[in-house]
Amino acid sequence: MSVVSAPTDRRLIGKLLGAVVIWALLYALNEVVWTALFERVLGLSLDDRLPGAIHFFLYDVSKILLLLVGMIFAIGLLRTTLRPERVRAFLDGKPILLSLLLAAVFGAVTPFCSCSSIPLFIGFVGAGIPLAVTLTFLIASPLVNEVAVALLAQTFGIGNTVAYMMAGLSAAVVIGFLLSRFKLDHLVADFVFATPVAALQMDGRKPTLQERVDAAREETADIFGRVWKWVILGVGIGAVIHGWVPTEFFARYAGPENPLAVVVATFAGIPLYANAAGVIPIAEALWSKGMALGTVMSFMMATVALSLPEFILLKQVLKPKLLAIFFSSVAAAILTIGLGFNIFS
Amino acid sequence: MEIKVLGPGCKNCVNLEKNVREALSTLGQDAVVVKITEYADIMAHGVMSTPGLVVDGQVVSCGRVPKPDEIVEILRGGQS
Repeated sequence: MSVVSAPTDRRLIGKLLGAVVIWALLYALNEVVWTALFERVLGLSLDDRLPGAIHFFLYDVSKILLLLVGMIFAIGLLRTTLRPERVRAFLDGKPILLSLLLAAVFGAVTPFCSCSSIPLFIGFVGAGIPLAVTLTFLIASPLVNEVAVALLAQTFGIGNTVAYMMAGLSAAVVIGFLLSRFKLDHLVADFVFATPVAALQMDGRKPTLQERVDAAREETADIFGRVWKWVILGVGIGAVIHGWVPTEFFARYAGPENPLAVVVATFAGIPLYANAAGVIPIAEALWSKGMALGTVMSFMMATVALSLPEFILLKQVLKPKLLAIFFSSVAAAILTIGLGFNIFS
Repeated sequence: MEIKVLGPGCKNCVNLEKNVREALSTLGQDAVVVKITEYADIMAHGVMSTPGLVVDGQVVSCGRVPKPDEIVEILRGGQS
């Protein structure tokens, strides 16, 4: 970094620290402020059903939106360093097991726009990255992402979040490993291998802090703009479940001893494809009303990983048979994780 | 000068093209802006994270939407 830019960098770091403090303050005050508004200013009792539900809704929406902004911005700062183009260069020529592990981890931390999943697929496979490794990347990416992890840790605790992450990453690696045992390359659309793939030629200039901050801010605005309505919808549904579904209701129908509930939850999750930010508040409400943890996890994983729009996109590069294999192995993994958690937790 | 916008046609690609045109009008310049939507052509530039911006055959940005000001800088730099 040149000497000239140092003072502006220092000012920028100051601003960033200021933003962190304001963020932490808002986060800490969130519940206190809403509770004070309801009880002191409006004189309502939070034990009453309707005020309680509205209070929960306002508090939870504010909390999740704050978390989202913080997480997306922080990850956005890193995003300028970790790009799919670099991941590809990194994965090239590594032994299969190591590649699979790396692909799962990179998939988890490399965000990419869903409209990039086809170029990404062609870019990986066409450049000689094994098909199984590419699929592992595509499975891990939506399943374990920064938004899901931040919200899970907040609502389900660290232990459950780590379990979710490990389960998701293992599923991606195991599926990749199994698929790598078979010859599946002929099930990829023919044009993929015929596509000449070039390495990215860009000057190796490191982005400045200002550019990173700008990029992170744009990304935050972009993702926030797409996601906020799902958060409101998700928390709304969660609030209704919290307020009106009797306690222990789901324990009766979807408790740990009911394996069928896992299957139902997984299939119910498929058409619900939205995103982690919208699904987790619903999942949390189901959980608090007694649904078994494994069943809740299957539901969450199915909504984020078995995404119909993405499969429709992938249809362009995978022949139907491979698409079916891919879809059903992810579904099978999600069912296994759900059942496993219900048995062992 | 030849400018290419790489991307299958999602919102980001549209925004990028808009920003490029804005940058060009700021510069008072006229250039051919080509939209590349074929995956094979995008790949040939080595870009996997769309949208990508290519000026005179050189990838100058990918995976994000540079603002008009930034594109102005890029285009100016390419000229000198």
